[in-house]
Amino acid sequence: MRKAALVLEDGTVYRGRGVGAPGISAGEACFTTAMAGYEEAATDPSYAAQVLVFSYPLIGNYGVDPVRMESGTVQCAGVVMRSSRPALAVWLATQGTVAIDDIDTRALVRRIREGGVMRCALGDAPTDELLRRALAEPHIDLDRMAANGVVRSPLAYDVCAHEPAIFGQGPRCVVMDFGCKRSIVRRLVENGLEIVLVPGYWDAEAILGLRPRAVLVGNGPGDPSQLDGAVETVRSLLGQLPVFGICLGHQLLGLALGLETFKLPFGHRGANHPVRVRDSQRVLVTVQNHGFAVHRSDALEVSHMSLNDGTVEGLEGENFASVQFHPEAAPGPLDALPFFERIASACRSGRI
Amino acid sequence: MPKRTDLESILIIGSGPIRIGQACEFDYSGAQACRVLRSEGYRTVLVNSNPATIMTDSEWADATYLEPLDAEAVGQVIAREHPDALLPTLGGQTALNLAVELKRCGVLDRYGVELIGADVEAISRAEDRSIFRETMIAAGLSVPASVIVTSLSQLDGCPLPAVVRPAFTLGGQGGGLARDRDELERQVARGLRASPVGQVLVERSLHGWQEFELEVMVDSAGNCVIVCSIENIDPMGVHTGDSWTVAPQQTLPDVEYQRLREAAFACARAVGVATGGANVQFAYEPASRELALIEMNPRVSRSSALASKATGYPIAKLAALLAVGYTLDELPNDITGKSSAAFEPALDYVAVKAPRFDWEKFGAEPVLGTEMRAVGEALGLGRTFPEAFLKALEGLEQELPVPEFSGAHLYFRYEIDSIRAAEEELAASGDIPTAKRFGLPDSRIARTLGISEQEVRSRRGRPGRLAVDSCAAEFEARTPYFYLSFEQGDTVEALEKPRILILGSGPNRIGQGIEFDYCCVHAARSFRRLGYEAVMLNSNPETVSTDYDTSSRLYLEPVTLERVLDVARYEQPQAVVVTLGGQTPLKLARALADEGVPLAGDPLASIEAAEDRGAFGGVLAELGLRAPRWGTASTSAEARELAREIGTPVLVRPHYVLGGRGMRVVRDAEALEITEPVLVDEYLEGAIELDVDALCDGGHAWVAAVLEHVEPTGVHSGDSACVVPGPSVVAALEREIRELTDALAGKLGIRGLLNLQLALHHGHIYVLEANPRASRTVPFVAKATGIPLVDAACRLMMGARLEELGLPERAEPTRVWAKEAIFPEDRFAGAAVRGPEMKSTGEVMAGGRTAAEAYARVLRGAGHGHATGSIGPSLQELEITARRGRNLGRFEKSS
Repeated sequence: MRKAALVLEDGTVYRGRGVGAPGISAGEACFTTAMAGYEEAATDPSYAAQVLVFSYPLIGNYGVDPVRMESGTVQCAGVVMRSSRPALAVWLATQGTVAIDDIDTRALVRRIREGGVMRCALGDAPTDELLRRALAEPHIDLDRMAANGVVRSPLAYDVCAHEPAIFGQGPRCVVMDFGCKRSIVRRLVENGLEIVLVPGYWDAEAILGLRPRAVLVGNGPGDPSQLDGAVETVRSLLGQLPVFGICLGHQLLGLALGLETFKLPFGHRGANHPVRVRDSQRVLVTVQNHGFAVHRSDALEVSHMSLNDGTVEGLEGENFASVQFHPEAAPGPLDALPFFERIASACRSGRI
Repeated sequence: MPKRTDLESILIIGSGPIRIGQACEFDYSGAQACRVLRSEGYRTVLVNSNPATIMTDSEWADATYLEPLDAEAVGQVIAREHPDALLPTLGGQTALNLAVELKRCGVLDRYGVELIGADVEAISRAEDRSIFRETMIAAGLSVPASVIVTSLSQLDGCPLPAVVRPAFTLGGQGGGLARDRDELERQVARGLRASPVGQVLVERSLHGWQEFELEVMVDSAGNCVIVCSIENIDPMGVHTGDSWTVAPQQTLPDVEYQRLREAAFACARAVGVATGGANVQFAYEPASRELALIEMNPRVSRSSALASKATGYPIAKLAALLAVGYTLDELPNDITGKSSAAFEPALDYVAVKAPRFDWEKFGAEPVLGTEMRAVGEALGLGRTFPEAFLKALEGLEQELPVPEFSGAHLYFRYEIDSIRAAEEELAASGDIPTAKRFGLPDSRIARTLGISEQEVRSRRGRPGRLAVDSCAAEFEARTPYFYLSFEQGDTVEALEKPRILILGSGPNRIGQGIEFDYCCVHAARSFRRLGYEAVMLNSNPETVSTDYDTSSRLYLEPVTLERVLDVARYEQPQAVVVTLGGQTPLKLARALADEGVPLAGDPLASIEAAEDRGAFGGVLAELGLRAPRWGTASTSAEARELAREIGTPVLVRPHYVLGGRGMRVVRDAEALEITEPVLVDEYLEGAIELDVDALCDGGHAWVAAVLEHVEPTGVHSGDSACVVPGPSVVAALEREIRELTDALAGKLGIRGLLNLQLALHHGHIYVLEANPRASRTVPFVAKATGIPLVDAACRLMMGARLEELGLPERAEPTRVWAKEAIFPEDRFAGAAVRGPEMKSTGEVMAGGRTAAEAYARVLRGAGHGHATGSIGPSLQELEITARRGRNLGRFEKSS
């Protein structure tokens, strides 16, 4: 048994067993309450620079299948579990992911819930070294990065594709890639669209040069307020063609509309978040994975609201629509899947 | 949508007596519904024939009818009460069937009663197998392929392997499994003969497939959520009620699970579930990824109760609220108090349910199939699979080995194998904390290391308290519902007032059922009213006691010494109640006392005096009371000698065997042969048996009722029908019973409830048994007399005197009441033959102006119609004086 530990930036130490790659890894500790879909979560690029804590205690029960990966590789900085199965541990090790199990993840979740997301480090090193590594890790939100004087380049641009790629056939939809999940592209293709995935840093002119019928601003990691260029791009696109957003894309759309974003204390991550469709009794059980949210739930454009904490879950207006949650699910409920039909119909009609 | 204001009163139908397949989960669901609808301002009317239920207590509904659950009786209630609506989805299959019948015979329309929660069309779409199949296929859902066959020439194209189901036979009679063509021909030939219409259904067998259940909630706005997924560890072929199950599902990748979720919604919508809970069952084959819909229940079910307890999500309560018009988004999640009910619980633990079987009661082979056989269940919650699994196993209280699941998914086999590996590791390392964190109970650790449980406890530290919070700690939980695990516990504020810890009765079993849950629930309410905090510990997910609203704080744990001591260490109770949950807590009394845990009512001395036959005989002799003569013998010669001394006939039974197993009547002492040590008892043939329930304050007793058994001695008291007031209990007899009860209670120093079993034989009263605890008949007596017996017992246990309770001079039943037992004769051959061994699963109660009328009505409630003979003596026999004349003797003369 390989002894390992997880140390939070406040000095809290959790001891467990190293089950992934050897070494040390650091990131922002955050938890998901989804009870299945560990491969999808670990390979979701939105988890870049984050240490993923599974609140569900039994991880790896049904093995590992690359078909279920949401990108080419494990994206999170580390994985923390109560208990894991050997096949999963082997996969994490081959992916070079530092992972730890036998951790009291419920205590850890409570700590994060009460203290907010925190930087952490995990691995088979002495705890004082892990603490140093946790403290040396840059924050994810721009404000604290600036305050600490360590501003890293946007995470989204680390994980996005740097060359455009084309999928499917049909009316063309451009997806701005900030670390887009494979399922988003797959769902769009299933709806009869041709998808051109372009780097998130492409400007409006380059995007419009592809003559798309609509643009989807995709999901990705990091603080949206760090992506001024992308916000500017979205602002220029608005009004020219239908613009959609998912997760980070929704936040960028909010910023482009002049709204503000803020960092949630410990984020929304799970597969059971109820969202009410505005002016209706319709409730969607949604998949969420976000640490930031759009401010001003009383704004006119708000189309969806969280039933848990009242935060903004969707925006809608003249030729744009975005959702904070993940309609492509993977993992989680498919209640919001019709969002892709709306994109497809906009691509066919040119209007939302 | 806010709640409906066009409804004023709502009729709720219960599920009647406890039977295999329909147990106290419907007391739980009905009680929740009654309470919440009443608090919403509706007038609630309840009909149920089961006296042992909490819901039939007068405080739960505005009007309660203990009536047979048939269309005639419920029709009369409707005629009298004129309810605006009938909510049929919380009383199991019984209520659903009755609602359909009331609709079809025009009663609902005649009185303008609206069915809410489910309409007749939806019910029949779910219940009628062929309509269900058509509905599912039309909705694009897959069901097992099947062919209807009327002759042996039609077998080409039949699926194989197949289940052959003859049409219009009961309980699968004449059906079976066919693996190949030969077997198919044989089975179909047999099925065609068995079917009165000469028709069989040949259905593709999904034997060995994985089996899943999803608990769906639907509201009137069309919102659907899955409260919980449940995976059967036993594969298809074993009834889900007989399967070990786990929640949430463990072995489906998310993408496959979402297929089930979507299909469950599609199924509920296709059937047309209006609002409330539904249960959808699936079979799944992982290699081919084939999914088949097996069944759906458009109502709250046994699995709903399990899902509620496994997640904390109050399904029945919400189903009731949705039925009166609320939508999910309008209702809060009780557990957090902040978030919404329109969500799907996230668990950070695993819940394992174990079925309890009582095979030996029925002399049956332990063979599982498609018909349910389990009599009860235990739930275990843990942070690891072995922890939850072993808690469920322990909770069964049967000291069983770890079961093997040969057909189960590899994952489960791996987890179950890891238990043995952990024990081997423990034996090698002696590392107790690691074994505890893995989930081994103290008893297994003690056995593995060859040390005492006490030593294990001293070396293991103590578990944390973890909340069942429905949200995996994402939000702070308000609801006081916990389990124990060797993790850092949640921060739990100490309860303010002094605590009373109530120990529940564990899984239902023959001889220990819902009656004891009734007592525990009452105790929780009483102690809270008396200014204490009531803390409940129980493992039975079907019950009202494991509803987190019942007590100040609930621990869902096996009722074992280990867990009781751990809870007691946290709660520091002023007293632990061991006398209301049947044998389960009672048998912990000595060990708890030895550990210095204070017991409510200080019952240890009286328990031990009453249990030890020799000691008890001494007590009776001192008081000048009679008991049947008895003795023990280990050789045939000794036994014959004893039989001669006592005088035949005698009852002979193996020593150390509980209950009435292996008991026989011997009339010829000289012919008596034995092969093992036996107990020989005087047999009071033809005696009248009486049950006495009394309240005691340490010095005196107050008799609440003297019940007269319909069957003579020799039939287990739990299986006897009885009547109160007993037609044979004349004034002089009652007076003497009150005197002897008072004397016995004083002598034994009992505080709380006392039950006596007496026999009246040729003018003499014999004391067969004294049980210084709540008896099976407490709820019946409480309902018959209107005296809240358990509440009084709680006050007595805490030191009150009888005269402080404001009891009447003499308890008067409100009318004549009768109780009849219900037997699982549809599951086990010979289960309805009454004898010394208890076999009944439940009971019904009914009232009348005379004993004969009450008894006739209770037979009707039991579904025994107007039958006589093997059911019991005829009504005439109950009233005629033959046995009274023989047995009353001097009492007859003096009255």
